[in-house]
Amino acid sequence: MNSPNSFRNQPDERGHFGGYGGRYVAETLMPLILELEAAYRAAQADPSFQAEFDDLMANYVGRPSPLYFAPRLTEALGGAQIWFKRDELNHTGAHKINNCIGQILLAIRMGKKKIIAETGAGQHGVATATVCARFGLPCTIFMGATDVSRQQPNVFRMKLLGAEVIPVTSGAATLKDAMNEALRHWVANVEDTFYIIGTAAGPHPYPEMVRDFQSVIGKEARAQMLERTGRLPDLLVAAIGGGSNAIGLFHPFLDDAEVKMLGVEAAGHGLDKQHAASLAGGFPGVLHGNKTYLLQDEDGQIAEAHSISAGLDYPGIGPEHAWLKETGRVEYTAIDDNEALDAFQILCRTEGIIPALEPSHAIAAVARRAKEMDRDAIILANLCGRGDKDIFTVAEALGVEM
Amino acid sequence: MSQRLASAFARGRPALVCFLTAGDGDTASNLDALVAGGADVIELGMPFTDPMADGPAIQAANIRSLAAGTTNRDVLLIANEFRERHPDVPLVLMGYANPMIRRGPEWFASEASACGVDGVICVDIPPEEDDALGPALRDAGIDLIRLATPTTDARRLPTVLEGSSGFVYYVSVAGITGLQQANTASIESAVARLKAATDLPIAVGFGVRTPEQAGAIARVADGVVVGSALVELVEHHGVHAPEHIRALTASLAEAVHAQNKEIAG
Repeated sequence: MNSPNSFRNQPDERGHFGGYGGRYVAETLMPLILELEAAYRAAQADPSFQAEFDDLMANYVGRPSPLYFAPRLTEALGGAQIWFKRDELNHTGAHKINNCIGQILLAIRMGKKKIIAETGAGQHGVATATVCARFGLPCTIFMGATDVSRQQPNVFRMKLLGAEVIPVTSGAATLKDAMNEALRHWVANVEDTFYIIGTAAGPHPYPEMVRDFQSVIGKEARAQMLERTGRLPDLLVAAIGGGSNAIGLFHPFLDDAEVKMLGVEAAGHGLDKQHAASLAGGFPGVLHGNKTYLLQDEDGQIAEAHSISAGLDYPGIGPEHAWLKETGRVEYTAIDDNEALDAFQILCRTEGIIPALEPSHAIAAVARRAKEMDRDAIILANLCGRGDKDIFTVAEALGVEM
Repeated sequence: MSQRLASAFARGRPALVCFLTAGDGDTASNLDALVAGGADVIELGMPFTDPMADGPAIQAANIRSLAAGTTNRDVLLIANEFRERHPDVPLVLMGYANPMIRRGPEWFASEASACGVDGVICVDIPPEEDDALGPALRDAGIDLIRLATPTTDARRLPTVLEGSSGFVYYVSVAGITGLQQANTASIESAVARLKAATDLPIAVGFGVRTPEQAGAIARVADGVVVGSALVELVEHHGVHAPEHIRALTASLAEAVHAQNKEIAG
């Protein structure tokens, strides 16, 4: 049982995390959202649902992911011990699969016949296409036309897995527009279609549901850390686009007062230029079904985000993070494209791990903090994705011709 | 309820509700053409970067308007000048939550009220999130016009109607604006279901493009909403849009107004 003062007892029954979250959707979707919430409550109360989820996590995804002490990076940075939760070792190469397994089991329970999703970099699209192949459901992925052209390997992966990829040409043809188009498709196909949202955002119950499925990361990490070191880490660090890997790591630790937490947004070209740091440079507003921090102008028009990491390139953030920022429980910072590229290369060379550009932002923040901390202090960062998908982007940024 | 809206639905004939996006083309002239053509209620769209309930025609109008530099103040100015030219024609603002609440719902409600706006339709604030806008509008004397859809079942209907005023906008298809149209039989049964639950007028929209469709709906509903077909005229005819808008509106109005209101309450 959570105490009334717990940081873990959000959202309230209306899906609000303090003043954030909620259900801001067109009336056509409201009955379905309410039905989804009821189905999720029933699944939570059904031990067979959790058992099937756990079995797939262990035998299909490859969990638990290792907890790894990084000796050479620790030595190179000269400060606190650096540990990684290795969620890049999951099947499909990122944490996204955890949530997709959970949501497709729910879709099947609800008798839905078709799956849709949106994707930016393609990791969530690949994870969704994977679970659709595994369970034999037709899959349609909406992806901004700009992202389709710059993420060809993931587009081909999705197609190999049997998914239909629909390039979205409206707006700036990136993730935000893909999400708009997925919502348009959903509204026209509510009867038989389940929308697998990839991050801890969207209308209630998605932020709560995605958090719960991703909390497997933090639950494992907490147990592994206690087993290996006999204590909890001093600082957790995770990158934030919508924030699903971060909330998955943080949530099981939220009531451990001695554990500090740092969420890392993408500062892109810089916080005074184009970026994707909604908390650092945005204001509260309503988009895509929830109230949260958004990059927007004084009229409430949504701004285009920018990050070198397509997975962080979103002008909003999950509503629980907005609340955790306001309560002060989690600290948020921002790392720009160049710092992320430097961190990417440091991890490659010191540990033999090619990280995705998303966790490279977290690693850059770790590098800043480690130096200021004692050598017996422990930083645990979530290595939420592997970098295979990003080598073309990195090569281009480094001026290397492939 | 706004006196202007009440009058528009109490003329013993169904009302024609016409939508255009503010800041797309010469909005003032286009709105005047709607009135000249016989529109009973004007629905003025507030442009938004992410109009996720709209089909291609209205999405494109939103983008054109924003590209032309339209701000919220411009939209309110268009409303204010419309009110000065047409003191008796009801005017409804339609849009998405974020532009309406960015400076606070009280700011929006009081500005809209000062500009003579009668009602507001906000696509992405369901009754469950009414606090975000509803109280401010009601305090300012503006009708909050809620949407009912084919997915709104009998159990949910009272939730939608609570706090609704002006009229109820029945979205006849589960989908986005401008594409397919529901059949008359399903609209008839839906309107009957709504009429059993409320005394508010029922206007039906989504996918209505021709006088024939509008006339068929007007046989069973209190009002018919036409949007995408008019917005497309702005796209295709630019500065010459008013004459085309006036012609289409006149033929829609003739078809709608020809229906008597024996079914309507």
